Amino acid sequence: MIVRYVDEYRQGEQVQSWLDAIAAALTRPMTLMEVCGGQTHTFLRFGLDALLPEALTLVHGPGCPVCVTPIELIDHALAIAAQPGLLLASFGDMLRVPGTRDDLRSLKARGADVRIVYSPLDAVRLAQQHPDRQVVFFGVGFETTAPAHALTVLQAHQAGLSNFSLLSALVLVPPAIATLLADPANRVEAFLAAGHVCAVMGYGQYEPLAARYRVPIVVTGFEPLDLLQGIHCAVRALAAGHSGVENQYRRAVQREGNPAAQQALKRVFEVCDRPWRGLGVLPASGLRLREAWRTYDAAERFPLAEPIAREHPECLAGEVLRGLRKPPACPAFGAACTPEHPLGAPMVSSEGACAAYYRYRSVT
Amino acid sequence: MSDATRPVLGDGPVCPLPLPDHDTVLLAHGGGGRLTQRLIEELLLPAFDNPELRRLHDGAVLEAPPGRLAFSTDSFVVSPLFFPGGDIGSLAVHGTVNDLAMCGATPLWLSVSLILEEGLPLATLRRIVASLQRAAQAIPVSIVTGDTKVVGRGQADGVYINTAGIGVVRPGVDLAPQHARVGDVVLLSGPLAAHGMAIMSLRESLGFETALRSDSAALHGLVARLLETAPQAVHVLRDPTRGGVASALNEIAAAATVGFCLEERAIPVADGAREACELLGLDPLYVANEGVFLAIVAAEAADALLAALRADPLGHAAAAIGTVTAAHPGRVVLRTTIGGTRVVDMLSGEQLPRIC
Repeated sequence: MIVRYVDEYRQGEQVQSWLDAIAAALTRPMTLMEVCGGQTHTFLRFGLDALLPEALTLVHGPGCPVCVTPIELIDHALAIAAQPGLLLASFGDMLRVPGTRDDLRSLKARGADVRIVYSPLDAVRLAQQHPDRQVVFFGVGFETTAPAHALTVLQAHQAGLSNFSLLSALVLVPPAIATLLADPANRVEAFLAAGHVCAVMGYGQYEPLAARYRVPIVVTGFEPLDLLQGIHCAVRALAAGHSGVENQYRRAVQREGNPAAQQALKRVFEVCDRPWRGLGVLPASGLRLREAWRTYDAAERFPLAEPIAREHPECLAGEVLRGLRKPPACPAFGAACTPEHPLGAPMVSSEGACAAYYRYRSVT
Repeated sequence: MSDATRPVLGDGPVCPLPLPDHDTVLLAHGGGGRLTQRLIEELLLPAFDNPELRRLHDGAVLEAPPGRLAFSTDSFVVSPLFFPGGDIGSLAVHGTVNDLAMCGATPLWLSVSLILEEGLPLATLRRIVASLQRAAQAIPVSIVTGDTKVVGRGQADGVYINTAGIGVVRPGVDLAPQHARVGDVVLLSGPLAAHGMAIMSLRESLGFETALRSDSAALHGLVARLLETAPQAVHVLRDPTRGGVASALNEIAAAATVGFCLEERAIPVADGAREACELLGLDPLYVANEGVFLAIVAAEAADALLAALRADPLGHAAAAIGTVTAAHPGRVVLRTTIGGTRVVDMLSGEQLPRIC
């Protein structure tokens, strides 16, 4: 049976012809970054990175929302989840991310009511099912999932739920790309932008970035052929000395994005400065609830008494997230840091670069 | 024991009525007293009826057949208790029978221990017991001993079942993970991931409808076909339950100090399961199965053994999915659909869905 929109982008023969086209277009050594952790996983899961010409260097980007969630926010979620009678829901990956002293999974094992949900809206349902308990959704994601988070607040409001609140770890992609480009240590010459983020936001936002830093940015999907076509676009642009935004992922992305999703997002959230794990505070890079919706803000409803945030000294996640170091080049990789005992979020998340290398490249 | 000879406790009259279906399991059903006895006599004995059980002894006394015996045990805690393609009762029989089959044994006897949660509807228990009985009869294997305990409400999730089984190993058969040899071929008896994805689609309120059914099935018949075709050529059998094919092959690779090279294209995945895995970002190689097995067989007999599997309805989708290699001992490597390679490691923690 053919899985539509999947199998046609995984065909071995076509992969080879795109690899040949990339090799032919490559006029010199080039360095590209795939921004999204989902794309990193496709490269490693299909062994695609090893098939690419040697002169092409791929740098894995910070596009894993779990990985860039700052440790103080994880600590805050842990403090909230530890409150008696409270129910905290989040995505599965967030349960294993280490905070300063603990993680949600261990807290759950010790008796806290921490639930895994697959959609933010499931958390609103939990609040309806438990009217006598406070239900907090620890939401994480880029622009892709932010509209669904906005809907949780709108639905909770509509249902008159006073026991629901949202702890937002939502972040925006363009400010992260701008930060990487502004870094003097940056060696990335072109970017594969995350297709699903652009499906929501469109790609107009990337045009000023591409113009200012004179880089090609290619909106790219997640299947092997998507990635090869995206790389081919980027390589061709670099070879010709062009910059600007191109759209490989036309089957899902239009320049203006999804206006309905953007509207929900704008209605509920406003842009704020946000610390990123490994990158520091990035201006205008996060989403927080607007003043009018602040009553649904779990960070305000359950303020953190005393922050204790401290990263594990051996974890070099910051360098991995900035593309300065590949995971196996971290001394802790596969030794002190494994998916069972992660020191940092990139070893935990299904989008994390360290987890991708550990899982698909293995460690001897 | 007739009703007339039953001891009367307290002042209350003895009620000889059968256990009504609307009733629930009480702590007293596990207390060893009258209710326990009634549960055994009215619900369990009639279902599992056989001479050994009817003796109501503390254990079964069995006549050992000639040959070597295989002995295995497994506990079942599946949630939900009933799912498309099976339930905890049939699963508890298939699971232990399959473990015996993987040892090359013909299953003979089972024990069944039930751990019941106070408040479980007796009607539910009746359904599960009937399912245990049907599954055992179909094989056939006798349930010759058992036990029932009841724990307080909230201390278990409905029913947990432990089964243990004894089987007799076919003469000339010697299966063990250490017997995988370089050059051997890896056969897979059917499509992957049906059980795990069927359970997951029910349990996680994922909101998508699937026609997925668990593949839960007894595999001893299919194994018998293999062992009748070329007993010496079958080196290892393993049913990839929890942790899926990835974990099963990693365990064998470590035990035999060999490598595996798999062809992703050749690996059959159940219709519906593949789509569900794509949606959730799961890898079918790590998803649990309850009705397929891996056979590591001598290369020269692989075609004949594959044909033997395919001749059975349960094995019609069987495929040769890879080989045993001297390279990368202890590791499982996959050649992907696009011609790349990657390591297939042991499962680390639970498989989690993608979030963005």
